[in-house]
Amino acid sequence: MSSKTLDYDSINENVKKVAYAVRGELYLRASELQKEGKKIVFTNVGNPHALGQKPLTFPRQVIALCQAPFLMDDPNVGLIFPADAIARAKHYLSLTSGGLGAYSDSRGLPGIRKEVADFIQKRDGYPSDPELIYLTDGASKGVMQMLNTIIRNDKDGILVPVPQYPLYSAAISLFGGSLVPYYLEESANWSLDIKNLYQSTTEARRRGVTVRAMVIINPGNPTGQCLSESNLREILEFCISENLVLLADEVYQQNIYQDERPFISARKVLFDMGPPWSKELQLVSFHTVSKGYWGECGQRGGYFEMTNIPPKTVDEIYKVASISLSPNVPGQIFLGLMVNPPKPGDISYLKYEQESKAVLESLRRRAHIMTDGFNSCRNVVCNFTEGAMYSFPQIRLPPRAIEAAKKAGKVPDVFYCLKLLEATGISTVPGSGFGQKEGVFHLRTTILPAEEDMPQIMASFKKFNDEFMEQYEDYRGYSRM
Amino acid sequence: MLSSDSISRAQQILDQIPGRATGAYSHSQGIKGLRDTIAAGITARDGFPCNSDDIYLTNGASPAVHMMMELLLSSEKDGILCPIPQYPLYSASITLHGGTLVPYYLNEASCWGLEMSELKRQTEEARSKGIRVKALVVINPGNPTGQVLSEENQKDIVEFCIEEGLVLIADEVYQEDVYVDNKKFNSFKKISRSMGFGEEDIALVSLQSISKGYYGECGKRGGYMEVTGFSASVKEQIYKIASVNLCSNISGQILSSLVMSPPKVGDASFDSYRAERDGILSSLARRAKMLEEAFNSLEGFSCNKVEGAMYLFPRINLPRRAIQAAQAENAVPDVFYARRLLEAAGIVVVPGSGFGQAPGTWHIRCTILPQENKIPMVISKLTEFHKAFMTEFRE
Repeated sequence: MSSKTLDYDSINENVKKVAYAVRGELYLRASELQKEGKKIVFTNVGNPHALGQKPLTFPRQVIALCQAPFLMDDPNVGLIFPADAIARAKHYLSLTSGGLGAYSDSRGLPGIRKEVADFIQKRDGYPSDPELIYLTDGASKGVMQMLNTIIRNDKDGILVPVPQYPLYSAAISLFGGSLVPYYLEESANWSLDIKNLYQSTTEARRRGVTVRAMVIINPGNPTGQCLSESNLREILEFCISENLVLLADEVYQQNIYQDERPFISARKVLFDMGPPWSKELQLVSFHTVSKGYWGECGQRGGYFEMTNIPPKTVDEIYKVASISLSPNVPGQIFLGLMVNPPKPGDISYLKYEQESKAVLESLRRRAHIMTDGFNSCRNVVCNFTEGAMYSFPQIRLPPRAIEAAKKAGKVPDVFYCLKLLEATGISTVPGSGFGQKEGVFHLRTTILPAEEDMPQIMASFKKFNDEFMEQYEDYRGYSRM
Repeated sequence: MLSSDSISRAQQILDQIPGRATGAYSHSQGIKGLRDTIAAGITARDGFPCNSDDIYLTNGASPAVHMMMELLLSSEKDGILCPIPQYPLYSASITLHGGTLVPYYLNEASCWGLEMSELKRQTEEARSKGIRVKALVVINPGNPTGQVLSEENQKDIVEFCIEEGLVLIADEVYQEDVYVDNKKFNSFKKISRSMGFGEEDIALVSLQSISKGYYGECGKRGGYMEVTGFSASVKEQIYKIASVNLCSNISGQILSSLVMSPPKVGDASFDSYRAERDGILSSLARRAKMLEEAFNSLEGFSCNKVEGAMYLFPRINLPRRAIQAAQAENAVPDVFYARRLLEAAGIVVVPGSGFGQAPGTWHIRCTILPQENKIPMVISKLTEFHKAFMTEFRE
């Protein structure tokens, strides 16, 4: 009998190259400890409902009725469900050809894609074509599909911010492309300096890499920064002059915690610039139901919108989408509800508004609590979370801690995070999972733990950190970048 | 409004979900409690134990196929044995992941039988061309062909995979759709375990879906793969790839657990559930028969018995003049026929060339799914069209 095909040695090398720290070493260790009975606070992934955030009422009512339409035959249904939820459910069911159990169009139900187009138009002031909007099982699926379409071989490079959400690095590894990093400026609140972009691109090209696309994550993950309009303009001009597709990950567009830089979509800025840019720049924009104040991660609902992508390319993208038959229909309905929520005058409007505001205001407060909590530690510097769901503090580690990490065979921030986990049950993701400058260490946590638990969590962190520093510090002070 | 057992089942499921949060990302393999339920269902079905850690819940069975192709294929030197005719997810996925499809032809003359001699021949030929044959895909019941493998056949396949060191990918999504009394669905897991082969002997990937059977919940995107016989280091890689997409949709996960663990005798919903199930399956069997007979009554058509799944794959002997007309239009002959059928009768089928067929033969794939009371109308429209077509192109 020959050796088994699925020996580790004979599997696809690209698969082995993939790293996805969000559910990597720290998460696996945390899960082990949880099984052993330790109380764990999972702050490794932006998963609001897992940390106690309640689902919004209206969408759940609509989906319940869509999942079980026989409920609407019951004369008492109006006692349990508000009339607008019932009407919405009937409306969505009428858009399907056989209810939620039937495959939809591979691009998603046309009626819902129209709702998304209307939302984009309302948000940006420019019309959007539903034919160029594809619904997907979460935004990640769309990102992977686009990267697979763009990457032809290992000489094709994708500009990715550092630090980045490691879906991008994982996908680039999987598809055998080349990641071209551009560093965000930590000392300037993680802003994007256009010089860094030029530098990275030039350097990559010198190595023989064909830079094909640029990824922006706005608001940023893990860094939280919101791009200014002028920054976006610079980026668009850069992409046009360098002939790059712009991939705009805008999944956190609802999560904004400061007023100086509200969310502006890349598409809006592009169209504000007008021709020729607005007709030339190839742009793909991503959005999801997993974040915002909805946090419906488990539904797997998202979309991508294509701008200035040629019809023949769109046909190929459609072809690949069709192999999976269709995105899940409940997720599509969640998306429709998110982009077309209850309006003033609707029966459910007040409750919906109240629930949404409560979540957003609490997130804003928690962003401050966390940032302040981290900054109260003398070896920790934390930029304010302008948007998204994370805090990404820089932890300055003393040389002896770094040595201890090396001895334990761990990257320093992994070492620190494992110790933090074991001491406090707080499960974070080490900064090395997102990329960072050499010799600088971070961890990513979310701002999602319940507001009433926050002070205790930050106190717990501070206690651990101060003890860690006492253990490893010496009179010479701590390491610096 | 809702039956008492559906309420208690819902409570039970909610208790299995951390924080009862159905909107949260779950474990990347799927919610543990639901996997336990599915594992118990598999154990009850096969009579051999199933470990819930071997289960990966996915958005339908298709993403599981993609994951396996990703894992197995490093280059075009890597080959996967696929039945011809096949469900074109396999050919598409292999192409997408840069591998090579190694075809093995099912024998139409013997009811789409899978012949070991053909499998062996194709494997040897591929290897002689420098291809590393890594896996064998078997679709049972077959799509588009509808045959249900005999136990003997399955045993031969298991032995072949073990001898040749191949991963066996068992697409079993139509396991509930069997319409003949002389055949039974047996999972490849059951067959290999009953032969005494365990995890050390055979690497097996078994696929199931909520899209087919009698539930037909295609739009929910639910399914799973059960993966046994893999080393721990390889399983880590599978987990890692699954984790990049975080998890499959929760609604689909829940449905998968319900499909593998439906209401039991004594449950409040058992009778109504059973009636619904039997009604659907018996109707599918009747529809299969009606359409099969209809095709067999048409000039030039021959249709194998639909033993299972949801399709007919009748062969059409196209007159020479029809083939010439197709060529004149630059069309593949079965595409030409299917297009004419669509335009004349409004019936949408998929040309056999989309699934692969023995060279020089033409087929169309048609589902057995139009509502039973509409089938006579479908048959009459088909008949009318076909008669006119043959009149036009007959020698």
